[in-house]
Amino acid sequence: MKSEFTPPIGRISQITGKCISLIGNDIDTDRIIPARFLKCVDFDSLGKSVFEDDRKTLKGSHAFDLKENQDSSILIVNSNFGCGSSREHAPQALIRWGIRAIIGESFADIFYSNCIAIGIPCFTLPKKSIQEIQKYNVSQSLLLEIDMKNSLAKSKDLNFNLDIKESSRKMFLSGEWDATSTLLENANLIENKFNQLPYIKFNVQLL
Amino acid sequence: MSQNTLFDKVWDLHKVSSLPGGSDQIFIGLHLIHEVTSPQAFGALKDKNLKVKFPERTVATVDHIVPTDNQSRPFKDSLAEQMIETLEKNCLKHKIRFFNIGSGNQGIVHVVAPELGLTQPGMTIACGDSHTSTHGAFGSIAFGIGTSQVRDVLATQTIAMNKLKVRQIWCDNKLSKGVYAKDLVLHIINELGVKAGVGFAYEFAGPAINALSMEERMTICNMSIEGGARCGYINPDEKTFSYIKNKLCAPKNEHWKNALTWWKTLKSDENSIYDDVIKIDASKIEPTVTWGITPSQSIGINQQIPLLAELSPNDKLVAEEAFEYMSFKPGQSIKDIPVEVCFIGSCTNGRISDLRIAAKVLKDKKVSKNVKAFVVPGSERVANEAKKEGLDQIFKDSGFQWREPGCSMCLAMNSDKLIGNQVSASSSNRNFKGRQGSPNGRTLLMSPAMVAAAAINGKVSDVREFIN
Repeated sequence: MKSEFTPPIGRISQITGKCISLIGNDIDTDRIIPARFLKCVDFDSLGKSVFEDDRKTLKGSHAFDLKENQDSSILIVNSNFGCGSSREHAPQALIRWGIRAIIGESFADIFYSNCIAIGIPCFTLPKKSIQEIQKYNVSQSLLLEIDMKNSLAKSKDLNFNLDIKESSRKMFLSGEWDATSTLLENANLIENKFNQLPYIKFNVQLL
Repeated sequence: MSQNTLFDKVWDLHKVSSLPGGSDQIFIGLHLIHEVTSPQAFGALKDKNLKVKFPERTVATVDHIVPTDNQSRPFKDSLAEQMIETLEKNCLKHKIRFFNIGSGNQGIVHVVAPELGLTQPGMTIACGDSHTSTHGAFGSIAFGIGTSQVRDVLATQTIAMNKLKVRQIWCDNKLSKGVYAKDLVLHIINELGVKAGVGFAYEFAGPAINALSMEERMTICNMSIEGGARCGYINPDEKTFSYIKNKLCAPKNEHWKNALTWWKTLKSDENSIYDDVIKIDASKIEPTVTWGITPSQSIGINQQIPLLAELSPNDKLVAEEAFEYMSFKPGQSIKDIPVEVCFIGSCTNGRISDLRIAAKVLKDKKVSKNVKAFVVPGSERVANEAKKEGLDQIFKDSGFQWREPGCSMCLAMNSDKLIGNQVSASSSNRNFKGRQGSPNGRTLLMSPAMVAAAAINGKVSDVREFIN
């Protein structure tokens, strides 16, 4: 876990880092960050509590506790990672621990959008390739170089063509993954839409 | 790609622009906020020096962290107190309507918005909570968002999102006696799995869905997300309209007539095109109980926990994890597994009809002496109605504790938690590891009626034996 946290900003075109493999399907956001840590009004202290209960149960043998993984930044996961609760606290905890990209078999929808919104690209690979990485990673560390433009992951021994939603890839390359400013550019269109929607007129009670 | 479904129509109506990169900018008609996922969003607005664009389109309540035993302020838990204070300040500052404790309208956000008539057909509804899919029961397109998107909705009333595909889940025939909406949705998730819905909106349709009350429909849509679909909906009909009529925030007089005229046009066309269609036979479903650590690991009350050999290779990994965590054996009957805690409540099953059904089972019965049982009404309105009908007394006479409204032990952010590896029979929505507050607590999801039956017998039971 990194001691200092600097959020990513601007273009994200290349990510280089060591892989940390976490094995298991359907790992939900309650496991990534248990609900009791959601009692906060900022995200600052979440990094140290990532996977708290799973880690306690495994008494030091959880991937996030292994000495060799402490400087890892690319998380390798299996299928439906991040299912369940919409809590952005989950990717916020991961990014504060030091995760800068995730490669998995598949991701839950809300978790995926939360990751994109805070600058963690999520890539997918077929099950076979994920297992290949995870197997390789058991005995030796794997330093991956991710090239966003060409959706490639390269290392000394293994190379992969990564998949990422085209909209996400473009946003990271252009640096527009922080959506607020892009959305705000259409202020007039938003105003028009507000005026056109049929139900705004008959919901005066809301006003 | 789907065409002419209700989802397509509502999406197109709310589309503000096509964004570079391929996602759509979607206007959010109703934004609901609560204390857990909004403070950082307001913080981000402050950092960026932005205002709330349409404060009248956001409504707030407090639910996740509220204690259910003693709600006097300040809360005993100082962190919980800090969270409610932050929400109070943010709502005051940005002129957002806030239904606070004691207002008569506070409760779980997905119980409150429908019962106040805020949730209406044809709207887009977003909230920083995955169970926002609940509101789809009214023919709105509703989905959970993260805190960064809460910030975007506050600042722009829009979000960037990729359009979802649409899968119709056609439910034939009707549910048999003692089988409820919860059983139907658990069955659907079991059939399709927890990730089949990724990238999809689920349209629930067919005779079995049409026969459901609005509150039952909310139970179905609520758990869409447990099948991976962040949005689930049902085409609105007369039941929808009559549920909304005369609610506090429902359109009135001339506005009601106009609303009704528009709402009646809102449904999937008969020749709609879906990306996928699945058929379910509702008549074959039994009272359903989960045995594992994902909501798809469920079986009928008279079935046995599956053997590893019966599962697909994809399901084996999580099943093995579940056997170890739950300490249940493959092939073991789910019926008669002892339970120690019984919880009735949550945005899935904490509404007045849920309490009525459970109270009917509990009337003149006693909770087993080995069981701690408590009921947490979904909202102040639900609690008041229950008291008016004398349901609170039935619960108390049976040995249930009667609590104040909130999310409570569905996610255990307050002091209602399992201890150690207790087994709970729960009317909530998630049986994830550690979900109910103890890192090794064990949750069995079931209908409120089944929770009541389990409370009486002190073990997983078939509620049909109580209601015949």
